[in-house]
Amino acid sequence: MAEVLVLVEHASGDVKKVTFELLTLARSLGEPSAVVIGDVTDDLVASLADGGADTVYVASGSEYGDHVVAPKVTALQAALAASGAAGVLVPATAEGKEIAARLAVRTGSGIITDAVGVDAGFVAQQSVFGGSTLVHSAVSTGTPIIAVRPNSVAAEPSSGVGRRVDLDVTVTDTDRLTTVTERVAQQKAGRPELNEAAIVVSGGRGVGSPEGFAVIESLADSLGAAVGASRAATDAGWYPHQFQVGQTGKTVSPQLYIANGISGAIQHRAGMQTSKTIIAVNKDPEAPIFDLVDFGVVGDLHAIVPQLTEEVTRRRA
Amino acid sequence: MKIVVCVKQVPDSWAEKKLNPTDNTLDRDAADAVVNELDEYAIEEALQIRERLGGADACTVTVLTVGPEKAIESVRKGLQMGADDGVHVIDDAIHGSDAVATSAVLASAIERLAPDLVLMGSESTDARMSVVPAMLAERTGRPQLTFAGKVELDAASSPGTVRIQRVTDYGYDVVEAQLPAVVSVVEKINEPRYPSFKGIMAAKKKPVETLSLTDLGVEAAAVGLTGSWSSVQDFAARPPRAAGTVVTDAGDGGTKVADFLSAQKFI
Ligand SMILES: Cc1cc2nc3c(=O)[nH]c(=O)nc-3n(C[C@H](O)[C@H](O)[C@H](O)COP(=O)(O)OP(=O)(O)OC[C@H]3O[C@@H](n4cnc5c(N)ncnc54)[C@H](O)[C@@H]3O)c2cc1C
Repeated sequence: MAEVLVLVEHASGDVKKVTFELLTLARSLGEPSAVVIGDVTDDLVASLADGGADTVYVASGSEYGDHVVAPKVTALQAALAASGAAGVLVPATAEGKEIAARLAVRTGSGIITDAVGVDAGFVAQQSVFGGSTLVHSAVSTGTPIIAVRPNSVAAEPSSGVGRRVDLDVTVTDTDRLTTVTERVAQQKAGRPELNEAAIVVSGGRGVGSPEGFAVIESLADSLGAAVGASRAATDAGWYPHQFQVGQTGKTVSPQLYIANGISGAIQHRAGMQTSKTIIAVNKDPEAPIFDLVDFGVVGDLHAIVPQLTEEVTRRRA
Repeated sequence: MKIVVCVKQVPDSWAEKKLNPTDNTLDRDAADAVVNELDEYAIEEALQIRERLGGADACTVTVLTVGPEKAIESVRKGLQMGADDGVHVIDDAIHGSDAVATSAVLASAIERLAPDLVLMGSESTDARMSVVPAMLAERTGRPQLTFAGKVELDAASSPGTVRIQRVTDYGYDVVEAQLPAVVSVVEKINEPRYPSFKGIMAAKKKPVETLSLTDLGVEAAAVGLTGSWSSVQDFAARPPRAAGTVVTDAGDGGTKVADFLSAQKFI
């Protein structure tokens, strides 16, 4: 059976959940192999084996973070050459898609992004036009490179062989054309990433003020959720732009999405419509967001959300 | 300093979108066409850089698009906003091109125009792949400075340098490179201006060069549906979501949601 490469997402020594989802998907397509780039510890390799990787290709080194994506493309390309893999799966995050894009050009391969599933023969499922249309796409040239959205499949870890292969990677001068001089963290540590979170709690214009977002954050923290925002809220400067959900923000596909004070404009829906379960709190019974919900409450979020937070905290205690 | 801004014409995001049943491509006649909104931020950023550098004597801004006849409207919009000239790559063979094929056409045009700086939106509101800027950097061997929330240019040094804030999930990275470079911008980097009446009148006299694939030395077989390395096989409308339960708050709205979460095993 041919190998299927999975580009590993990891940070501070921990493998991100999406990696285990992709390893699960890879197992349905062939022999799952992980490609891990950057600061690689033995523990990291071991957890990839536990997550199902039969082979773990390692490109170890601190240089990978010093330049924008290109050195990682070179490492992934080396893994592809070493494995002769039948396909490559990457997480459909901003960086994952950029790595996939450059790898496609370098290797003369087709690329499909934002897949929500991959069937036998690397036929990708995509949900387009705000979730209204399901498309099947395939790659006709080279090795299929598919960027899969986090939360598209449930991770089912099953121990893999975990054979470690250290890659021989030659990072070129062209890979070093950019230099990362500083990393600035703005997100409150401890909250899951918006892209990956199983639960997302979002606030819109109805939140009313920057201070109002404390209510949204408290609910999110009680559920272990990420915080999102509508464009009206980020435009007003109430919440940072990187948390915007929608057409020109992030696309999320969590198990649960809770929209508070968000009307449900088509451009917002484009970023959250494939969420498995949707809840909305809005004082306008006519708000279009209610067309999407599994459960909705018509009323003032400033009363409902704190009560909900208290109930969640009490029931989880 | 020479800046080229890549723009794309897209269906208005308010409009209902459809795929064309005959060849599975986007039905571009079904919706009103507008400039991809994120590209307006790129045009605005180019105009602001030109102003900072001292105006038209120090810097020119060219708007470049690849697309059918109608796509000229997006070039015109850039000219109305204040860009100096335009380039429209038009060829019947391009219809149906995927991102890989489109980036090949754009790369050839960029090699021909040889700008110091390429600016573009970080994604289009129709395809939403966010891959063309990275592909363009790869193809042209230029540094990739993508997802910029801020752009600073030092044109006085030689070679010039560009520094951006690359927006990330956790905040941003500061990234530097030498010119020539490819920069993509995110929403909110600036406030795109509306064309003034004067701008609209002036745009009518601004030159727009039309280029074919032959002019660019791109093989027709390398683009369009045949030259694309991925394709849509089939599509189907998704069944609408089943209607949910909506209740009105009577002082117990939060508890009701908690009950629902318990029943669904979220808590
Ligand atoms: C090209 C383009 C791209 C766009 N991209 C995005 C995007 O990425 N993401 C995005 O979100 N939008 C995007 N938009 C904007 C989008 O069209 C809407 O304007 C935006 O989503 C509205 O945000 P909102 O729902 O928070 O605000 P509104 O539409 O103003 O809705 C606020 C809602 O809050 C309710 N409300 C008010 N007070 C309370 C209260 N006390 N309690 C409960 N409910 C209350 C109101 O009833 C109302 O329904 C885009 C638009 C365009 C043209």
